Amino acid sequence: MKNEMRQEYFQSPSLIGNLLRSLHIDIPLLLGLLMICALSFVILYSAGGQEISLLYRHATRMGLAMLLMIVLAHINPRQFQSFSVALFSVCVLLLIAVAVMGQISMGAQRWLDLGFFRFQPSEFTKLSAPMMLAWYLSEHSLPPRPKQVVGAAILLLVPVLLIAKQPDLGTALLVASSGAAVLFFAGLSWWFMLGIVTLLASLTPVLWHFMREYQRNRVLTFINPEADPMGAGYHIIQSKIAIGSGGINGKGWLGSSQAELDFLPESSTDFIFAVFAEEFGLFGCVGLLALYLLVISRCFYIAVQAQDTYSRLLAGSLAFTFFVYVFVNIGMVIGVLPVVGVPLPLVSYGGTSMVTLMAGFGILMSIHTHRKLLPV
Amino acid sequence: MDRKFAIKDSLAENRIFLSRIVAAFVLIILIIAGLVARLVYLQVVGHEHYATLSKDNRIKIAPLPPTRGIIYDRHGRMLAQNVPTYSLELIPEQIENLDETLSKLQQLLNISEEKIDLFQKQRKRNKAFTSTPLLQNLTDEEVAKFAVVRPYFPGVDVYARLVRHYPYGDLAAHVVGYVGRINEQEMKTLPVAEYRGTDHVGKNGIEKAYESQLHGTAGYEEIETNAQARAVNTVATVEPIAGSNIYLTLDIDLQKIAYDALSEYNGAAVAIDIKTGGVLVFASRPGFDPNPFVSGISAKEYKALQDSPDQPLYNRALRGQYPPGSTAKPFLALAGLEYGVTDFGHRLFCPGYYKLPNVEHKYRDWKKWGHGMVDMNEAITQSCDVYFYDLALALGIDRIHEFLDQFGFGRKTGIDLVGELDGLLPSKDWKRSHRNQAWFPGETLITGIGQGYMQTTPLQLAKATATLANHGKVVIPHLAHRIINANYADSIDLLPDEVIPLNQKNVDNIILAMTNVVHGSRGTAGRLAKAINYQIAGKTGTAQVFTIKQEEKYNEDAIDFKMRDHALFIAFAPVHDPQIAVAIVAEHGGHGGSVAAPIAGEIIDAYLNPKKDAQHEK
Repeated sequence: MKNEMRQEYFQSPSLIGNLLRSLHIDIPLLLGLLMICALSFVILYSAGGQEISLLYRHATRMGLAMLLMIVLAHINPRQFQSFSVALFSVCVLLLIAVAVMGQISMGAQRWLDLGFFRFQPSEFTKLSAPMMLAWYLSEHSLPPRPKQVVGAAILLLVPVLLIAKQPDLGTALLVASSGAAVLFFAGLSWWFMLGIVTLLASLTPVLWHFMREYQRNRVLTFINPEADPMGAGYHIIQSKIAIGSGGINGKGWLGSSQAELDFLPESSTDFIFAVFAEEFGLFGCVGLLALYLLVISRCFYIAVQAQDTYSRLLAGSLAFTFFVYVFVNIGMVIGVLPVVGVPLPLVSYGGTSMVTLMAGFGILMSIHTHRKLLPV
Repeated sequence: MDRKFAIKDSLAENRIFLSRIVAAFVLIILIIAGLVARLVYLQVVGHEHYATLSKDNRIKIAPLPPTRGIIYDRHGRMLAQNVPTYSLELIPEQIENLDETLSKLQQLLNISEEKIDLFQKQRKRNKAFTSTPLLQNLTDEEVAKFAVVRPYFPGVDVYARLVRHYPYGDLAAHVVGYVGRINEQEMKTLPVAEYRGTDHVGKNGIEKAYESQLHGTAGYEEIETNAQARAVNTVATVEPIAGSNIYLTLDIDLQKIAYDALSEYNGAAVAIDIKTGGVLVFASRPGFDPNPFVSGISAKEYKALQDSPDQPLYNRALRGQYPPGSTAKPFLALAGLEYGVTDFGHRLFCPGYYKLPNVEHKYRDWKKWGHGMVDMNEAITQSCDVYFYDLALALGIDRIHEFLDQFGFGRKTGIDLVGELDGLLPSKDWKRSHRNQAWFPGETLITGIGQGYMQTTPLQLAKATATLANHGKVVIPHLAHRIINANYADSIDLLPDEVIPLNQKNVDNIILAMTNVVHGSRGTAGRLAKAINYQIAGKTGTAQVFTIKQEEKYNEDAIDFKMRDHALFIAFAPVHDPQIAVAIVAEHGGHGGSVAAPIAGEIIDAYLNPKKDAQHEK
């Protein structure tokens, strides 16, 4: 394996290759990302009512996010490792600050107003939580002992509960899954995972018992959106019509009638996949999923190639969380998962998630391009 | 570098990690396969079905908010009603350039900058495809103006809406409360489906306490739209179910008499129907106009209300906590008789002050030179403080607490309003747990005249008075009389089922003394007795706002108005068949007898002789 790595590094003498390597950019990953981003402009133009200014704003945000990705790719993973604890602590403190300020203003609050810009600590936690867990678990030998699993679970639950209380279920879910992924890749025993799943399943009726009537109604609508035909159910019904009417070949670019006639709400943000499915049909959908799979595969490859435990765990978690994004959004839009506010990664308009995602890819590139060439 | 020392571990970790990556990858492939399967189901199997739906998809669903229930007084006069008004509303998602549209509308209809800001705030809270009001209470002229240019403003429309209106304004604001826009906090707890299309919720008073009954059940309609997404035809409708109408026990005429009688004083008047516990009067002065709260009160107006030294938003009848002063004396006297520490004929010499053994401090009577020899009847009639210092000492604070607690002092009455305060009935335990101090005998003395730690709300005083008039059958005050909707009419006249065990002879004696307060030759509320053909039993009270020093003289004229004593009066009538119990607090009124008692007199007289009162008005 060491030989292979050595070959990879010394077999590309081209000028461009050297240049890109000194830029700390991973070409296959970058190409995958660029393809998805290019596609996002195509879809957004149609979904956003063919408004050019929307694309400009999308491009600006994407450019900034890419810039951040490149900057992070230059930082040595060891730096990330040594800053993990500090970063995570700051995140938790900020989340507490947001919760307290929300209490004071008597309203739901996710933002921290820093005057010149508004900052969403929960978004930041999507990165700092897996970093923290990767640091914590890599300090000990793997697979983690029960004591460390409990420690990691507590570390993870603090930000997850704070975010869920905001309430921002989508982000809480993503943070939780990023942490769970670290534990999974660290070698958490299958029996333990089975135990947790069983425990959660058996706790559900107890929790149900303690809920109030209106809370139960909320959960029921959450699970079965069709029960609320004016709200979440309306989204799902319209979204299914859009997707189904697209058929195998789709109605063609700019051919989406459902978004055009305003039947499909939030067509350029959370429900953009429905527009895509209507216009590009089953072939387009499979193609987009293949693109996502390509990016995920490359990330997994980077994780396998990583040279230390911290990098490996973090890379694996970031790759897996990216997939959770895709799954939760598309699952929601095609009506197999409850409606939570998770955007289609890199494609949906707006939101700060694009910045976080690109930062994650920056870390992955850093891990891959800072590998040491070990002597034979 | 440290990994060199643990090569074996590293290899094992490597193996585990690789196997996990493979497992995760397999999982991802499986899930993606599942997603594709679902897409095949929708796009291949279900394609024809959905394609048909898509072609016919001209149906939109619009919520139909229910009509809010009306609030009436006991004689069917509307205290809260729904008035149709036109509002200009925008659906942000359908508007291409919102800023431009707003500035055009602003020019056309002369909309203030503040209203634009309010709209922007509201818009951010709502979803982009819901209709958000920009301007309310449009005049016919404004409606016509917009109608002309309507085709150029897609996503903007005029809607007829029912808006809550309170015809009696400040008079009943503290009872009826008001509705206001749903805020983010409320959005979290209200049932989502029920409140779609509704943007108001009860914030205060009956509007809040009976929110679930008043609100009703939402319906929706399926609307056929044209290519510009404008409604052309209603396909199907699920009718909303209007909220229940609520009849209160309140008598708005009586309320007005009480409110006017309080005149320049801040304070509260509460009157209860003794037979049912129905609240007849629930006045807190000054009041405020609840109507601006419905459409969204401006920050400036709200600040003015909040910063006013008279605190108009403060519900004095429900939340005002005052020392009961001498109005507590009948209850203490009854306690003395019930516990057998004294009897009705017991006499005591009042020199104008009272001293605890071995203590220099003089506890003064309000009458500097004293009342001389008094028995219990005279002590109540003339409100002798010294007699009650002695009685309180004989009872001890814990027995005072035990007895007065039965009448509801120091705890919520349980009235059907939100935000009632407890007041305070002190005891040794309370002082230990709350002040971490031992109880002093001097504190028992001043509790004997309703001063010190003791605090009551006007509502509590009225309840205690009604319970005393009812010979110990506990009266529970309530405001809702009947709740009526299409399916049922619910009458809530609570009959007291809790009875305080009392010796009726003792109660009769106390009532006799209270009757003498009004009808006796030396009673402190003697002026009430003139020109009435029935008997009133009452007790005056004066609650100290600040403490004067030992040898200082209380000089009313020299004292700043805000430092003057509160005037209190409790009463019920007629004595032999009690029907109405009243409690009055006039802040800084000085004397119970001269200020508070006449207010009670007016309420009682208007209630017992309604015809006579009507003639007066003519």
